[in-house]
Amino acid sequence: MKALPISFLARARIYSKRLTWQLVALLIMISIVLTGCRLRSRVGNATITIAGSTSVQPFIELLAEEYARSYPDRPAVNVQGGGSSAGGRAVLTEVAQIGMLSRQPEGPEQELTVIPVAYDALAVVVNPQNPISALSSNKIRAIFSGAVAQWSELDQTKGRIHIVSREEGSGTRAAFDSLIMANADVAARAIVQDSNGAVREIVAHDPHAIGYISLGLVNHRVKAIQVDKVQPTQANCRAGKYTLVRPFLFVVKEPLDAASQEFIDFVLSEYGQKLLAEHGLVAVNSNS
Amino acid sequence: MLDQEKWAETVLTVVGLSAVAILGLIILFIFKEGLPAFTQVGLWQFLTGTDWLPSKGKLGILPMIAGSFMVTAGALLIGLPLGLGCAIYLSEFATPRTAALLKPTIELLAGIPSVVFGFIGLTLIVPFIRVFFGGPGFSVLASSLVLGIMILPTMVSVSYDALRAVPLTYREGMLALGASEWQTVKMVVLPAARPGILAAAILAMGRAVGETMAVIMVAGNSAIVPGSVLDPVRTMTSNIALEMGYATGLHRQALFATGVVLFVIISVLNIVARAVVRRK
Amino acid sequence: MPREDKIMLFLIRLAAAIAVSVLLFIVGYIIIQGLPTLSLRFLLSSPTDMGRGGGILPGIIGTLTLTLVSILIATPLGVGTAIFLTEYTREGMFANLVRFGTESLAGIPSIIFGLFGFLFFVIRLNMGWSILSGALTLASMILPTIVRTSEEAIRTVPDAYREISFALGASRWQTVTAIVLPTAGPGIVTGIILGLGRAVGETAAVIFTAGSSLRIPRSVLDPVRTLPVHFYILAREGISLNNAYGTAAVLLIAILLINLSAYLVMHRISIRNGGG
Repeated sequence: MKALPISFLARARIYSKRLTWQLVALLIMISIVLTGCRLRSRVGNATITIAGSTSVQPFIELLAEEYARSYPDRPAVNVQGGGSSAGGRAVLTEVAQIGMLSRQPEGPEQELTVIPVAYDALAVVVNPQNPISALSSNKIRAIFSGAVAQWSELDQTKGRIHIVSREEGSGTRAAFDSLIMANADVAARAIVQDSNGAVREIVAHDPHAIGYISLGLVNHRVKAIQVDKVQPTQANCRAGKYTLVRPFLFVVKEPLDAASQEFIDFVLSEYGQKLLAEHGLVAVNSNS
Repeated sequence: MLDQEKWAETVLTVVGLSAVAILGLIILFIFKEGLPAFTQVGLWQFLTGTDWLPSKGKLGILPMIAGSFMVTAGALLIGLPLGLGCAIYLSEFATPRTAALLKPTIELLAGIPSVVFGFIGLTLIVPFIRVFFGGPGFSVLASSLVLGIMILPTMVSVSYDALRAVPLTYREGMLALGASEWQTVKMVVLPAARPGILAAAILAMGRAVGETMAVIMVAGNSAIVPGSVLDPVRTMTSNIALEMGYATGLHRQALFATGVVLFVIISVLNIVARAVVRRK
Repeated sequence: MPREDKIMLFLIRLAAAIAVSVLLFIVGYIIIQGLPTLSLRFLLSSPTDMGRGGGILPGIIGTLTLTLVSILIATPLGVGTAIFLTEYTREGMFANLVRFGTESLAGIPSIIFGLFGFLFFVIRLNMGWSILSGALTLASMILPTIVRTSEEAIRTVPDAYREISFALGASRWQTVTAIVLPTAGPGIVTGIILGLGRAVGETAAVIFTAGSSLRIPRSVLDPVRTLPVHFYILAREGISLNNAYGTAAVLLIAILLINLSAYLVMHRISIRNGGG
């Protein structure tokens, strides 16, 4: 057997006191923290929390960065994803001050005040290697419903069409369903991703893929195609020619605190709208 | 003095119940959110329905249950032989120095976050499958490979411990009888270590069934019962994580109900695991 | 050597070679791809343009605070449970219940913890997406690891130690704090470090409870985006592959160091026990 730790009775006295008190202190600390949060009021907090649609999130993150640069002394803005429903729920339960929705409010969310902040066009995208550069909305519906399964049915390209869609419930999917699919269902064998960025990545890598994403997220790695002979551009959206457009909404609970109102004013200001337009969104004409 | 003793006992009893309390809270909250979906959709309909179209009110999670099982089976098919082989090598055939070097290395690698495995799958495995086997690349095969690699460290380290726990005299006796090294392993060591190896496999299986982020990245997430290993697949875990953000009402409850089904399946696995280990 | 032996030995060697080289390849690949991005500036600056530019300072701070708070919560609970199981109760219904709770908790997938943390801490207790919500969720998740390793460590303390302590008139609690805990210390620390390693790399449970805000947190009630979450978002949405590799490399190196230190602590025990 090993030798006992030296003079353990001496240590017994020191340890028992020290450790007991450390344990007590820790337990008390934890319980204070736990009860403290329950009581915490969020109105008048030092920060603004915005949560919701992952489609809106990247654009509001950009604005929040710019907001912090322009007004370093104002309350900071935390931008969270989570999805439209999580955002609506967060505002209803006062976990967040502002919710971002990429679909119309549903259920209890309808009690909230709705503020459109921008319009977003949906671009149908294919791999840059794909020779196709225009499709009718009927053809797009046929592709996404699975009725047309081979690229050769559309042009000389060979291979099976890999449909990439968004998940059920997302604003982008809801907009695509209502604007393109009408009563048809997106084929069950479609690949499903939970963000526009992820859809873009797949289309950028797979020559046989087709998907739909926010116009603002289109870059050189994917090709946005003409829908019914109209190129998806901001100008065409403003002119009403390109019709695959859905609103990006803020939802807030009245009465709104001053700090959140200031940020919303910044988003709706000429400068804020200009920034959104620079990143591919269509401004709301709140001032004109 | 006596007071301190009583106090310590009370506090420790309360603390000891924390795990049970957390388990209770988890069951309470997940079941409370999920059960309405069972009653509204019908338990049987929910478990055996093959269509998942929440916007049309079609809520069947059979594709996801099948998906979870297929992907897990695939992961075990890849991870078990590799992991067990590696453990046998380290425990029976490697020089002590090699074993002393490789065992800790593999245990260190048990800490690789699952998102890293998913990322490797996304950047290397998916394109490889797309180019060489066809299809979109996001598939049962890709998910099984990613999970199979992910469970390797657990599999190696736990079954290695089980193999080492077999007394040396067993091996010596066998070798003295003139058996070859492999015969010794096959006839004595492996049977003796069986409960431990089974426990390792069940542990690995639990990890594979429960993994979320790595699978979302490489599975393709189509809500279909896959017809081949090159078809995309959606597991129960990815069904929850994919759609939770935007779901409302019945759709949301159905996702929590998916969580309930997952919870029940995992619990059954755990109970089986406990029974197996106890038989030792 | 019989033919079957040759074939099986070859297959076993092959399996070992594949398993080890695949795992090492993954680590090497990520670190080599990430190295060009790594710099002091990358570690110490905030991300710009959604993570396309800049560094990962908020992620590092977020990950550190989140895991630290979760360890602070889980350690007293876990070690306390272990002490309770080993020193304060006999095997019976109650001990079995505690053990059943711990083992069941260990088997629950992290996504379920994420759902629970979101429903309970974020919404019900109104903590919002915050370090605290995330830490409480993570603490629940790593609790079983700490309980199990602490229990094992405490069980290796020879009964003779306790008996001598009691014989000298020490109470049970005095024996625990003066004899049992110091002797089992390194084993307990190993368990805590292993729990830490698991918490650092977790994504699914964290993304639902601690949020994904890119700002540097000011208090435990602020949301954070931890390194695994940042990496997941960067990689998946193709925001910046270079920064994704850089983030993953930092994460991997940190986790390998954490696990290495756990191993070294454990190794010291076995040397001490072997040599003593």
